[in-house]
Amino acid sequence: MAKLTTQDLEVIKSAQKARLAFRERTYLLICGGTGCHATGSIRVKDALLAAIEDKGLGDTVQVIETGCNGFCAMGPLLVVHPGDIFYQKLTVEDMPELVESHLINGKPVERLLYKDPVSKARIAAQTKIPFFAHQMPRALRNKGLINPESIDEYIGRDGYIGAAKALFDMTPQQIIEEMKISGMRGRGGAGFPTGVKWDFASKSAGAVKYVLCNADEGDPGAFMDRSILEADPHAVLEGMIIAAKAIDAHKGYIYARTEYPLAIKRLGIAIDQAKGYGLLGDNILGSALSFDIEIYQGAGAFVCGEETALMRSIEGKRGMPRPRPPFPAHKGLWEKPTILNNVETLANVPQIMVKGGAWYAGVGTQTSKGTKVFALSGDVNNIGLVEVPMGTPLRTIIYDIGGGIPNKRKFKAVQLGGPSGGCIPESHLDTPVDYEAIAKVGAIMGSGGAIVMDEKTCMVDMARFFMEFIQDESCGKCTPCREGTRRQLQILEKICEGRGEPDDIDILVELSQTIRETALCGLGQTGPNPVLSALRYFRDEFEAHIHEKRCPAKRCVALLRFEVEPDACTRCGMCFRACPADAIVWEKKEVARIDKEKCIKCLTCYDKCRFDAIF
Amino acid sequence: MILTHHPDHPDINDGMWSQIDAVIQKNRTISGAVITVLRECQTIAGYLPVELLDYISQGLNLPSSSVYGVASFYSLFSMVPKGRHTIKICMGTACYVKGIKEALSRIENEYQLKEGDTTEDRRFSLEAVRCLGACGLAPVMVVDQDTHGDVSSDKVLELLDMYS
Repeated sequence: MAKLTTQDLEVIKSAQKARLAFRERTYLLICGGTGCHATGSIRVKDALLAAIEDKGLGDTVQVIETGCNGFCAMGPLLVVHPGDIFYQKLTVEDMPELVESHLINGKPVERLLYKDPVSKARIAAQTKIPFFAHQMPRALRNKGLINPESIDEYIGRDGYIGAAKALFDMTPQQIIEEMKISGMRGRGGAGFPTGVKWDFASKSAGAVKYVLCNADEGDPGAFMDRSILEADPHAVLEGMIIAAKAIDAHKGYIYARTEYPLAIKRLGIAIDQAKGYGLLGDNILGSALSFDIEIYQGAGAFVCGEETALMRSIEGKRGMPRPRPPFPAHKGLWEKPTILNNVETLANVPQIMVKGGAWYAGVGTQTSKGTKVFALSGDVNNIGLVEVPMGTPLRTIIYDIGGGIPNKRKFKAVQLGGPSGGCIPESHLDTPVDYEAIAKVGAIMGSGGAIVMDEKTCMVDMARFFMEFIQDESCGKCTPCREGTRRQLQILEKICEGRGEPDDIDILVELSQTIRETALCGLGQTGPNPVLSALRYFRDEFEAHIHEKRCPAKRCVALLRFEVEPDACTRCGMCFRACPADAIVWEKKEVARIDKEKCIKCLTCYDKCRFDAIF
Repeated sequence: MILTHHPDHPDINDGMWSQIDAVIQKNRTISGAVITVLRECQTIAGYLPVELLDYISQGLNLPSSSVYGVASFYSLFSMVPKGRHTIKICMGTACYVKGIKEALSRIENEYQLKEGDTTEDRRFSLEAVRCLGACGLAPVMVVDQDTHGDVSSDKVLELLDMYS
């Protein structure tokens, strides 16, 4: 492949015009994200291609496998253009009908369209579906639209135009200024202003500097970065090129989770393509900048999301954090000035160069600008990726976009920020998405995991769950984290098992404060947050466990009796049908009974009973 | 140092040793490559027995203690043999909220298998892993390369029957 110049970029861009404006052909965009692959999108795609071939439509129809579309719970997904018709939960068997009805007769297949859970109406156009209608895609602007393995399609969407502008029309200081104007704060969770970070590294003296991308998305329940890497890998590369110019670096690494094979594969393809076009390597686009990127696969350690630990890991050592200062902007990877940015942060950079920092800062709140991507999951109807302007209330995300809580259950809390964050109850659901506002109610913005929990979630058990995570992932270097979290976990386990003592809550709080103040890195310092926030809003549940030996949400096995309350039982037999151990005795019109000899305490009957009759 | 002698090991044959040599050869001058080498060698041999760790440390000219330190730090690396099928149970928050614990306890009961262990017939190894990022399908179980979504406690054993 020939090395490109800026003019070549424009040529490629205009060649992609028809495809990206959905002209001249019918375009079938099938989702090829990890979620849809798992639900069978590859088989569906093959069946679709076969059906198209069968009807001889090969010349007028083009099937494109895109990255993650974002509406993961509805996969496999397909969007047909023109018309923006959204199909969901497709099977191989649906394909001949879809081709016949939609592509030949021009009539969308009604039964495969999205069905609104409230109005029960079918909605055809993707942009009219509430899940998409309230979003503002910026970091995700190419998701579900381009083929992530085609650099030309990325260029067609203004790709590498931002890099060209930064390389030829801007000085490093101007790039940094633009980032400062945008108000962009690190999307990995800590929220440090990106422009300021780049400024430090730019002013650090040294011939060797590094640009790192943190794709070690370790927070449980977070999959924003995976989706961006799978859907739009070039955006991240372009962001890194711009960062390299800003700080004068020549080498970059993407530290990617080994658990994300598809993201790593697509990144690898993207890097090869960019090298082929001369967008990575020596004298990018003919400019003075030479910059290369390598993927470094992690090996499974949550703490490696912490910047100093991540750098140790790239150096081939145990990924343990070290005290700061010196900050990585002065002494980072191999003791050289280094910047580390999160995937979502970098994916936003190219557009900030093209449209300007002021454009980016045009939405948001006083201190939090632009948009934020959330991975909405848990007990919520519409699970998937959600990008909203900063300042959007959490209620909008959960109810308008997320479609509320399934199974007619009640909302209990939304967990933000993973093991470093906290849960936000109903009373604070009008809190806007804003770094400071969320911190004020006891959680953190975090990287964007938003897990909704309904009334069947035990908050003591959740606190135990997060503490088990932290304890397991603690690297062991500093005592407060290594020993303190272990003691906390023991206490929480004791409470869940019905052996809680009156002093336990006070000890938990005291330990939390000590760990917060004395742990070495962010993982340890924020580790007690889930416990503190659970205590702040759900202290009564802790007290019920400790004093009454009762789990109000009925999740803690040791506190359950596995008996049926005859007055509450509607004799429906749901538990009987669901029990995997044949431990439920039931006959029509009879109250169910649990045979404790056979019961394996799997909680299936608790889940299935709609009437709360098992206690 | 060029290594000529391959240690005897029942689980590593000559073909594997030559692949291992190639991996070491390719990476021996790259600083920080030990994690990459361990990962690739584990893919070849299935796990990292102590003889292999020593061999790698000689090949990369690193102290055995540092190689062991790295291998024991990261959860990807295993120093015990694995079963024919690896069951990965996602312990992410979304999966936990949606009942993965119950599915896990079904597997543990049925196969008398604790998390981190392998069945005696080496049919299954059971791992509880960190969030796989497929939260839209929660609760999620991955067996070998197959991702299974919506794994309820009543469905999980049926799914495992497919793997013999």
